[in-house]
Amino acid sequence: MRESKLWVYHLIAGAVILVLLGIHMFIMHLDAILYSLGVGSQNPIDSGVVFARSKELFFMITYIILLGTALYHGLYGFKNILMELTLAQKSEKFISGFLTLCGVLLFAYGTFAAVFVFMK
Amino acid sequence: MNENNSTKNTTTVIFEILRYNPETGEKPKMQEYNVQVYKGMTVLDGLNWIKENLDPSLVWRSSCRMGVCGSCGMFINGYPRLACNNQILKISNKKLQIKPLPNFDIIRDLVPDLEGFFQKHKSVKPYLIRKDIQEQNLPTGEYFQSPDELTNYIQFAYCIKCGLCLSACPTVATDERFTGPQALAQAWRYNSDSRDEGSDERIKAVHDEIGASRCHFAGACSDVCPKGVDPSFAIQLLKQDFFLKTLKLRKDEKETHVIPTAKKYVPNPKIPEAPKPTVKK
Repeated sequence: MRESKLWVYHLIAGAVILVLLGIHMFIMHLDAILYSLGVGSQNPIDSGVVFARSKELFFMITYIILLGTALYHGLYGFKNILMELTLAQKSEKFISGFLTLCGVLLFAYGTFAAVFVFMK
Repeated sequence: MNENNSTKNTTTVIFEILRYNPETGEKPKMQEYNVQVYKGMTVLDGLNWIKENLDPSLVWRSSCRMGVCGSCGMFINGYPRLACNNQILKISNKKLQIKPLPNFDIIRDLVPDLEGFFQKHKSVKPYLIRKDIQEQNLPTGEYFQSPDELTNYIQFAYCIKCGLCLSACPTVATDERFTGPQALAQAWRYNSDSRDEGSDERIKAVHDEIGASRCHFAGACSDVCPKGVDPSFAIQLLKQDFFLKTLKLRKDEKETHVIPTAKKYVPNPKIPEAPKPTVKK
């Protein structure tokens, strides 16, 4: 039951990524369209624009959610691929623990960076 | 082969069969037999003919001869099939290679060990589970079920437990702990039965780390099923059901009540009485 619940969260994370990645694609890569509509900036990867965006609450929250969902979706999917190797139960537990630890550390570091820039 | 068949046009087909006897300690080996095959002759007929005429030591499992019991599942020319409902000439008119079902241990020759298969089947509690235990033990009538409710699960009730789906499943091939398409399809067969109230009890067996979430939807199980059960579809429905229940998006099912049986039988006057028995008791 626990495994299926994790799988459900995996699906939900996928759906969230779809929306957030859509926003990211529009802002970062389809900027010309947005700019022609009078929204966004002409050069979204300009350091000043990136910094200004990071100071906005909406983007800070969006970054953290995207980071969390992307980490969960990616690492859970990676774990499942490794589980297909049908390793010994000890190895499976180690892999699960190691990937969970990696995910938590990366999320903590990324969240810290997003909050730090926002607060600065 | 009876006399009628022996007079018909026949073709010689080579049966290459895997032989294995764990008591001798020898490794499994292939053995060839020449069989005179007539039109309409099944693989099982061919095996019976070999046993009667060429090699009485050949061992396999079979019973009904009509695709109902699910005993004679074999790996015939690289594909899991029932030996009784596959005609030799429709598979090949030259050579048949017959091995026991993959993904199972071999007991002897073409006999797979189905013990683990039935354990998995048992683990999903493949029977109606009700909260009204007293009614189940001492029934006062029948549980109501509409024809529409019947169609929800009837396809999955056709499973004959032959094991072909497990032998075709790539996930079972890599991880023998995987509950497998047969057991999971049976879990869905009972979960989707309007009379059943046991889906919560089956959750542990169906949705653990070796359960439905391990299915990759290769669809090989549905491809080989001789009864058209479509276990891979059942697994997707199990997953969908769990997803919707986890997100509280599925409404609670209606309870099924017992239809009390008529206490006194009142004959319909329009229907004439049955004639009296002609044989004395």
